[in-house]
Amino acid sequence: MTKEHANWSPYDFNGGTCVAVAGADYCVIAADTRMSTGYNILTRDYSKICKLAEKSVLASSGFQADVRALQKHLDARHLIYQHQHNKQMSCPAMAQLLSNTLYYKRFFPYYAFNVLGGLDNEGKGCVFTYDAVGSYEKVGYSSQGSGAKLIMPFLDNQLKSPSPLLIPAQDAVTPLSESEAIDLVRTAFASATERDIYTGDKLEILVLNKEGLRREYMELRLD
Amino acid sequence: MDPKNTSPLLVDDIQRTQYPYVTGTSVIGIKYKDGILIAADMGGSYGSTLRYKSVERLKGIGKHSLLGASGEISDFQELLRYLDDLILYDNMWDDGNSFGPKEVHNYLTRVMYNRRNKFNPLWNSLVLGGVKNGQKYLGTVNMIGVHYQDNHVATGFGNHLAVPILRDEWKEDLSFEDGVRLLEKCMRVLLYRDRSAVNKLQIAKITEEGGVTISPPYSLKTYWEFAAFKNPTAGAEGSW
Repeated sequence: MTKEHANWSPYDFNGGTCVAVAGADYCVIAADTRMSTGYNILTRDYSKICKLAEKSVLASSGFQADVRALQKHLDARHLIYQHQHNKQMSCPAMAQLLSNTLYYKRFFPYYAFNVLGGLDNEGKGCVFTYDAVGSYEKVGYSSQGSGAKLIMPFLDNQLKSPSPLLIPAQDAVTPLSESEAIDLVRTAFASATERDIYTGDKLEILVLNKEGLRREYMELRLD
Repeated sequence: MDPKNTSPLLVDDIQRTQYPYVTGTSVIGIKYKDGILIAADMGGSYGSTLRYKSVERLKGIGKHSLLGASGEISDFQELLRYLDDLILYDNMWDDGNSFGPKEVHNYLTRVMYNRRNKFNPLWNSLVLGGVKNGQKYLGTVNMIGVHYQDNHVATGFGNHLAVPILRDEWKEDLSFEDGVRLLEKCMRVLLYRDRSAVNKLQIAKITEEGGVTISPPYSLKTYWEFAAFKNPTAGAEGSW
């Protein structure tokens, strides 16, 4: 006998793709709403996007139980911050908090792949992209999750961000208008869902600008 | 080392669940017009041996919730003790407030995720349904804390065999009779194709006014004379 009994793993991979694009005065954060395990679709309507503060929005994929624990933890930390400072946390501050939170569990990581989008103190769009243990970078656009390998090269091709090696550092925000950015994100997901089985069902898009937060949806393939 | 001052993770003779002993198979749950319906059979499998045939896997929790469990039966029964304590303690406040299904589901999710963090999981997939303040609620959580809500949910084999039927036939305003018929259709498919399913099941109902009702055990009518059952390899020549 080779197999005596079922075994277990503390991790699962529930799929999903996240994208964020920053512009001069807006930020677009998007993710699909499919939740899978292996070849099963568990549910077609699970939001991966979490509004953490007035001007920071987090999109996360990976292991759903860890993602939810992480979101709840950040929500609680933000509530404490509000009580202590009587203001909303800024997006760059939230970015650092997220990095520290992930690294705190360096040796039993949150299996979560995050993109944090928001507006900085000048009202300019900003995007922070992470790995599971907290390494992070400020960029102009990013994608994480199961469809990232399909979406990221497309965004690179369309947006041609200035090299981070340039001195003096060049601003990373994209030159697109808000509606162009939304269209780009829609196209990116429409393509990713064709080839990535973990991306589909519905696309949830959050748009953050000086007017506030707006939410829209787009149907994706169900197969 | 004094075991009292040591983290339980460092004590090497501590027992943790690494695999289940007696298990229950699929649970399926649906929303219907007036509330929630959950179905489960009464088998308790010891590996591939059908060890117990009258295991109750559906229980009412407090006034507004209904719980169904698949996986390790003893872990489920321990979980019921936790929930009894929780509901009792909540009652003792005597403040007119009570836990709804959302709160119970959240509690279960916390317990399951917490135990997986300790590498000592409760080996179950749970379905939790309920109605409170006119709001229907149906959710599920598994042994590592993955959880979600939907109009219909299933665990284990039910995810493969029942969910496709439910996606086809489930409607928002199913009557009680149609809901039971739909669940029985799913349970029948599971009975035919899941070897650990047994033909003795219960269906539980929860509504706002009526509270929890769990049916007495009963069996489904089956028909084993299908040609494909009698001679499953007919027409399948194979490649060698």
